[in-house]
Amino acid sequence: MIWQSLSDLWFGFGVALEPHNLMWSFFGVLVGNLIGVLPGMGALSAIAMLLPLTYTMHPVPAFLMLAGIFYGSQYGGAIGAILLNLPSHPPHAVTCIEGFPLTRKGKGGTALGITMIASFFAASVGIIVMILASPLLVAIAFKFGPKEIFSIMLLGLIAGSTMARGSPMKGIAMTTFGLMLGTVGTDVNSGVQRFTLGFPELSDRVELVALAMGLFGVADFLRHVNHMHVITESRTVKLRDMRPSKAEMKQAFWPMVRGTAVGTVFGAMPGTGPTITTFIAYALERRITKTPERFGHGAIEGVAAPEAASHSKTQVDFIPTMTLGIPGDAVMALLLGALLIQGIQPGPQLITEHADLFWGLIASFWVGNILLVILNVPMIGIWVRMLRVPYRYLFPSALFFIAIGVYSTNNSLFEVGEVLVFGVVGAILMAYDYPVATILLGYVLGPLVEENFRRALLLSRGDLTVFFQGGISATFMTVCILLVVGQLWFAWRAARRRKRGEIDDAIVVPVAAE
Amino acid sequence: MRRDVRTLDKDFWSGAGLVVAGIVYAGFGARYSIGSLSRMGPGFFPVALGAILALSGVAIAIAGWLAAPPAVPVERRKPEWRAWFLISASIVAFVAIAERVGLVPAAFAIVFISAFADRDNRWRQAMVLALAITAIAVVVFWWALQIQLPLFGKQ
Repeated sequence: MIWQSLSDLWFGFGVALEPHNLMWSFFGVLVGNLIGVLPGMGALSAIAMLLPLTYTMHPVPAFLMLAGIFYGSQYGGAIGAILLNLPSHPPHAVTCIEGFPLTRKGKGGTALGITMIASFFAASVGIIVMILASPLLVAIAFKFGPKEIFSIMLLGLIAGSTMARGSPMKGIAMTTFGLMLGTVGTDVNSGVQRFTLGFPELSDRVELVALAMGLFGVADFLRHVNHMHVITESRTVKLRDMRPSKAEMKQAFWPMVRGTAVGTVFGAMPGTGPTITTFIAYALERRITKTPERFGHGAIEGVAAPEAASHSKTQVDFIPTMTLGIPGDAVMALLLGALLIQGIQPGPQLITEHADLFWGLIASFWVGNILLVILNVPMIGIWVRMLRVPYRYLFPSALFFIAIGVYSTNNSLFEVGEVLVFGVVGAILMAYDYPVATILLGYVLGPLVEENFRRALLLSRGDLTVFFQGGISATFMTVCILLVVGQLWFAWRAARRRKRGEIDDAIVVPVAAE
Repeated sequence: MRRDVRTLDKDFWSGAGLVVAGIVYAGFGARYSIGSLSRMGPGFFPVALGAILALSGVAIAIAGWLAAPPAVPVERRKPEWRAWFLISASIVAFVAIAERVGLVPAAFAIVFISAFADRDNRWRQAMVLALAITAIAVVVFWWALQIQLPLFGKQ
């Protein structure tokens, strides 16, 4: 099996290195990095903005580009976090804690260098896990029928809503809201138009790009306008500052390995968001260090571990997304949506039917990560300058790009209107501390969940216990129940503690769109 | 012990809002045929979802009602009504203008109007930014990507 995988991978490199594909991969990495550096813009807005561009493209270059945007913007996010204490994207908020003090000490360059090494290492490990795990997954995935698909999706939805951040109840409410949005349009089984409110434009579902851009673009602008202040101190980072010393490398090595392990585990679990992953990686380093007093004042471990975790998670996340059709988080949900738009059904058959896409993508991760390193070394000066683009110029321009991007999706101005509606709804929900990222997860999975639920019960003649029959489905359902019970127990314990007046020692995760 | 009225209000009222939303949605869903478990109609899933949303709303509202006050008082932001209005208006303007007058005025309008959402932007800055983006719109989107909107005139 390993040899088979290796030869497939060889084929994948052939695909990824085709000049045409390589060009799009490079373009994705470059643009992703650029957008990721901009304050307030993360992987989600970057992918959503460029998604319309891929509609007319062949699926392989389209997907290589989107993946490139994804990890490119992660790299970009780290730069803002370390140099300016500006978490342009919530998963990087934790990198600020150690990264910015390092910058103040004049070690910003080193922190960036370590980030780059940690990311590359973690991504490589993630890629290897992907190569080894995917064929195994395919072997069992063929046993998946409607009930198995439903129960694993339910697991993804429950995990996504309860483990993301903040109140689990609010997470569940938002996932349900997403599922509801997914029901808008023509019902596949009966042809009935549901919840179209009389708009013929809605019979073809709510537009994915419009929803994503509303929730993660416009809603963010509404939240941050007049509150985002960019520090304009000048900091220059030179190339040779970025090379860490031997002692620093040694210090960062094990944190990097542990961070990678955390990211790998969380990547394989459907529904766990990137923010929680990086925070756990950081918390772990803080727990096991022998010198806790250094933390908070620029400990290089606190940069290496979370950055490694976020990158290995990104890679491993592609496994459940592509082979089972279950996105790990909102970004993956968007990528899954992009696959569906291209007419490619994710699932175990994807690996065999679209071998060029799957193995080309894996190979392109490596190629893309190398491109990133090459790109970031000379361009770091430009990124630093980009960081200082004032928000007051940024968001009006971004609004235009959103409007034109959504319009070009289907040449429909109606969908630009959808963006506004979802933007306002999203901003209101965020103001009430609701996590909006899970809405997207629910929206993308909604139709699949409904279809498989209906099919499974049709086959079992309405017997609900069918989901607990058969090893695979029963296991997923058990995990679902354990998750819910566990959450209830934690909530109860926290409430009791608070009553006793004890202070929670849990790490406070900042509330923002993931 | 004094309750933090704001936290309580926030969760209580948002939870109550979810209950209403869930019931309204389920009510609309019930108008499609529901069917039975073995033969579900198009209304079954929506009714179930509406019920789940309403129930989670109840749970959030109750939890908000019972919540202890936070240790640190939360800083309250002034709502940015002006910014909200201007950003919304800029998108509406884009849609309306692009439909009737074309891409160039629409691109100019969305940037120009939304720029004033930030209190630090002045006429000159808004004008320069809007002109720059309009130029990008023409060169990148109209000329290079051949978007379906005419530069000037009806769609």
